[in-house]
Amino acid sequence: MTTPLLDVRGLSIALPPGADRPLAVDNLTFTLNPDEILCVVGESGSGKSMTAHAMMGLLPAPHVRVAGGSLLFKGKDVLAMPEAEQRSLRGGRIAMVFQEPMTALNPLMRVGRQIGESLREHTDLPAPARRARVVELLAQVGLPNPAELAEAYPFRLSGGQRQRVMIAMALACQPDILIADEPTTALDVTTQKQILDLIRSIQAERHMGMMFITHDFGVVAEIAHRVAVMRHGKLVEYGAASDVLNRPQHPYTRQLIASVPHYIEHRDDHAKTGAPLLVADKVRKVFNVGGGLFKKSKQVVAGDDLSLTIHPGETVGLVGESGSGKSTLGRSIVGLIKPDSGRILFEGTDLLALDRKGFRPYRRAVQMVFQDPYASLNPRHRVGDIVAQGPVAFGEDRNRALARARELLAMVGLDGSAADRFPHEFSGGQRQRIGIARALAMEPKLLVADEPVSALDVSVQGQVLDLLDDIRRRLNLAMLFITHDLRVAAQVCDTIAVMRRGKIVEMGTAREVFTHPRDTYTRSLLDAIPGKAWHIPVDLQQAPAGAH
Amino acid sequence: MMNSDFWRAFARNKGAVLGLVILIAIVVLAAFASVFFPGDPWEMATAPFQPPLSEDALLGSDMLGRDIASGIAHGARVSLLIGLTSTAAALAIGVTLGALAGFHGGKVDDAIMRFTELFQTIPNFVLAVVLVAIFTPSLTTIVLAIAIVSWPPLARLARAEFLSLRSREFVQAAITTGQSNSTIILRQILPNSLSPIIVSASLMVATAILLESSLSFLGLGDPNAMSWGYMIGAARTVIRQAWWMSVFPGLAIVLTVLALNLVGEGLNDALNPKLARSRG
Amino acid sequence: MLGFAQLFASRLVKAAAILIAIVVMNFFLVHAAPGDPAMVMAGEAGAADEKFVTQLREQFGLDRPLYEQLGTYIGKVVQGDLGFSYRQQRPVWDILAERLPATLVLTLTAFILALAAGVALGTLAAVTVGTWADSAITVVALLAYATPIYWIGLMLSLLFSIQLGWLPAFGYETIGAGYTGLAHVADVAVHLILPVITLALFYMAGYARLTRASMLEVRSLDFVKTAKAKGLTQGRIVTRHVLRNAILPVITVAGIQAGQLVGGSILIETVFAWPGIGRLAFEAVLQRDYQVLLGIFLVTSVMVILFNILTDILYGLVDPRIQVSQ
Repeated sequence: MTTPLLDVRGLSIALPPGADRPLAVDNLTFTLNPDEILCVVGESGSGKSMTAHAMMGLLPAPHVRVAGGSLLFKGKDVLAMPEAEQRSLRGGRIAMVFQEPMTALNPLMRVGRQIGESLREHTDLPAPARRARVVELLAQVGLPNPAELAEAYPFRLSGGQRQRVMIAMALACQPDILIADEPTTALDVTTQKQILDLIRSIQAERHMGMMFITHDFGVVAEIAHRVAVMRHGKLVEYGAASDVLNRPQHPYTRQLIASVPHYIEHRDDHAKTGAPLLVADKVRKVFNVGGGLFKKSKQVVAGDDLSLTIHPGETVGLVGESGSGKSTLGRSIVGLIKPDSGRILFEGTDLLALDRKGFRPYRRAVQMVFQDPYASLNPRHRVGDIVAQGPVAFGEDRNRALARARELLAMVGLDGSAADRFPHEFSGGQRQRIGIARALAMEPKLLVADEPVSALDVSVQGQVLDLLDDIRRRLNLAMLFITHDLRVAAQVCDTIAVMRRGKIVEMGTAREVFTHPRDTYTRSLLDAIPGKAWHIPVDLQQAPAGAH
Repeated sequence: MMNSDFWRAFARNKGAVLGLVILIAIVVLAAFASVFFPGDPWEMATAPFQPPLSEDALLGSDMLGRDIASGIAHGARVSLLIGLTSTAAALAIGVTLGALAGFHGGKVDDAIMRFTELFQTIPNFVLAVVLVAIFTPSLTTIVLAIAIVSWPPLARLARAEFLSLRSREFVQAAITTGQSNSTIILRQILPNSLSPIIVSASLMVATAILLESSLSFLGLGDPNAMSWGYMIGAARTVIRQAWWMSVFPGLAIVLTVLALNLVGEGLNDALNPKLARSRG
Repeated sequence: MLGFAQLFASRLVKAAAILIAIVVMNFFLVHAAPGDPAMVMAGEAGAADEKFVTQLREQFGLDRPLYEQLGTYIGKVVQGDLGFSYRQQRPVWDILAERLPATLVLTLTAFILALAAGVALGTLAAVTVGTWADSAITVVALLAYATPIYWIGLMLSLLFSIQLGWLPAFGYETIGAGYTGLAHVADVAVHLILPVITLALFYMAGYARLTRASMLEVRSLDFVKTAKAKGLTQGRIVTRHVLRNAILPVITVAGIQAGQLVGGSILIETVFAWPGIGRLAFEAVLQRDYQVLLGIFLVTSVMVILFNILTDILYGLVDPRIQVSQ
């Protein structure tokens, strides 16, 4: 075999004293060959991005530094090179695409110039030739009107377009290695598919070596040739993609793959019994954005003619991409937003017709679990208080409410001492459990869960989904489950409603929607699910949770 | 929040500790001014124009033979008193308006913010001069004038805090669990918005002291209270003959304001640890 | 450029609204000021009998309802009539107009100096963070921020004029020298040095601290990582990517503080006997000439509004987003 493009040997990266562990990356060894996509997979804190940052000289000096090992590019140690030589590699021979397209571009510089800067640094092209090359690059990454777009400022571009600009910037000097650090994580699923397709075709065309960092095994299945799985800074499994995906060896890899949300076959359709618990009828909400004394505001239709039914014990999934209006409907049901028109009937009573006082009793019946486990708990209150505050507001004796809070915390899988501690002492997954306990303390009949797992790591995601599923069956709760991830919806929902631009385009049982989608948008969403051609190894598939 | 974590974070900032020591010394000087320097600071104590390190006047005397050191000690009272009370008054106006604007949003917010903008546009020192001059100088008018020109930044800060906290999920959770507006404001939002307000308030005491000294420098001080600004203003015309008359009161102001600013920065480090920490 | 014109127009409308509010406020302050104008006039005329005072009141509309008087007042202000100073026996506007240029020269120069030097020092501190240069700038800024500007003025003139004799201690020009042309400009410039430095120092300190903090914050943003990953040199990253973004909050604060800077000129002009409206304000305070004082209040407010428009334009030039969102 020829020398690999990149040869990482025994790389260790030290964290500052006082961090949760001494080494961010611990004795890491792997190689990257030309014309190959290597996926580095891991959860947050696994050290997967640190490796890339070390290569690009982006480690936050002086706190974080390379403690040992070498990074050989075409046989030459990058870490031993003088700064100027390292710089000529960066953006020249090794280029990088980042996770957050919204913040990765300088907001005050035209995108064409930002791409041109790379050419200016690494080539001796004269200015007109640079400009022509920028337009050519923008065309290559599939952007419309490239000449015009080069003159635009980043804020005029969508997330997907910005990520294309980032890719064009990375390709500017024909690099040998492209590092992509979770480049599609911040994007909607349909945009993610387009960007993945683009990245794959560009890599194949130019025979680049590519290091693709991700947490999502679906994405891995979509593009990887080889896979490296990292945990707590250590490499735990390393091999060809087909081996790792279909015959994972290390328990951690197996756990990660088992937690990939997926549609579960043989799930029974929900038997709708009795009168509906909640009926949303032609709900409409328009937001006025901006505006002031002298200027007209822009109107954004967040919900238009939304109708939806939830039966007792049923879990309805509300699926849509960002800005589709799915949260607006959820928030309208719990009374955080007042829709402009329509009705929301709870056990036959129109909640929207009630005044503040009349609505109050229904607050108990409809509860919400929020998205961000770090923002949804008051940092200055003890966990026991947080859970007990609701019942206390409804006149419950404080001591009784606290005792009940302890029971609920035990029920969501936290130990007894949790009630006396503060939120910052808990991990994201544990905080989400506290949020669930807070909702349950009100003894609701309907739980609105707004993206309850999207801020969590995959393995934790699975645990929280299991908990929600377990609880709703034990308490016969109805649930409105709002998510952007069809796979998650498919795993926990009986019924799925698909939303697009403020409208529900399709609603049916999970099985129908998944196997026989009627709407073209639903089909494009399903088609965009990363790794749909890959089937999770049978021994790692979850038991069909819906089977009663 | 005055726990050991707070003090440890505060103590890590050396400047803040130094500031606190200076500040305590000034407070002691003010509190025991009549013990250290018995007698009226307006009375003649020694011969006029005595240079520093004279027998009867450590820091020299002025053109009427008044002791500069005694004036500085008594002036500390006025400075601290006006600094604290006017900040308290500005806090009352600013935080109330800001909290209302931030919590209610919409039209209430619009109206309050226009009002705030108006007061932020007016050159605040000019307004303070006009107000004190028209309503005749006294401790009360000075405190009120300083409060009236100083509240807008506090209102903006309180508004920004309330606005962002109001949309935070834990506040929304409080709404969905049926807690009342007053509970939400007092138990959920206010405790979380307090630290930046405390930091700004500590810096505002310093600004208020500067404002007061500037007013009395122009002759708009309370005629019955000895103050640092007045001493410098009176010394201005004789600066060629007696530099000490303006130098020492000026140093007193610099030390006090510097100490307050240092303490404010220390509070900021201790109360907003996320800004002080380099790794998120 | 259409967006820019719109931005400018909306700023003008806002400025007009604020101006009207200030005029109304000024009217009520005039009313609150001690001394019934009719009594004063009668006093000046030497005939203080009741009948004459009543007659004067009717003549000047002082017996009309308050809102009518407000209307008359606004009408007068629009025509540039800011009242009459009985102390100086001249219209207030004439007195102010004579003093205005000196103040404009002083405040504008100080504003530009404070902004330019503050940003430069803050940048220097940020790129050398943790070294002696950074510490020195931080300490100087901290001291300048804690010192009353009139005292700095006194100390600077004590040192540079009285002790060293390098610079004139007060005034606008050398009296009786009769310079013309360039020599006159140079003479004024020399007189301007101490007042401008004194006035600028305090704000420069603030802007330096803010620039430093803002640079350090921007330095950790994602797009700076992108710039590094492009292999750009440190210098280019700082000038092209960090500084431009870091300067935005500085401009905002400069706009907000314009009012304080204009107010500070009262103290500076008093210390250096600079013949502007600040010095006039001090004289008006001494003589309790409320008409002049309130005229100054109005004129300085207009100055602040102009400074604000200036900083808004500056912000709009630096940040392309503002033209769309506003």
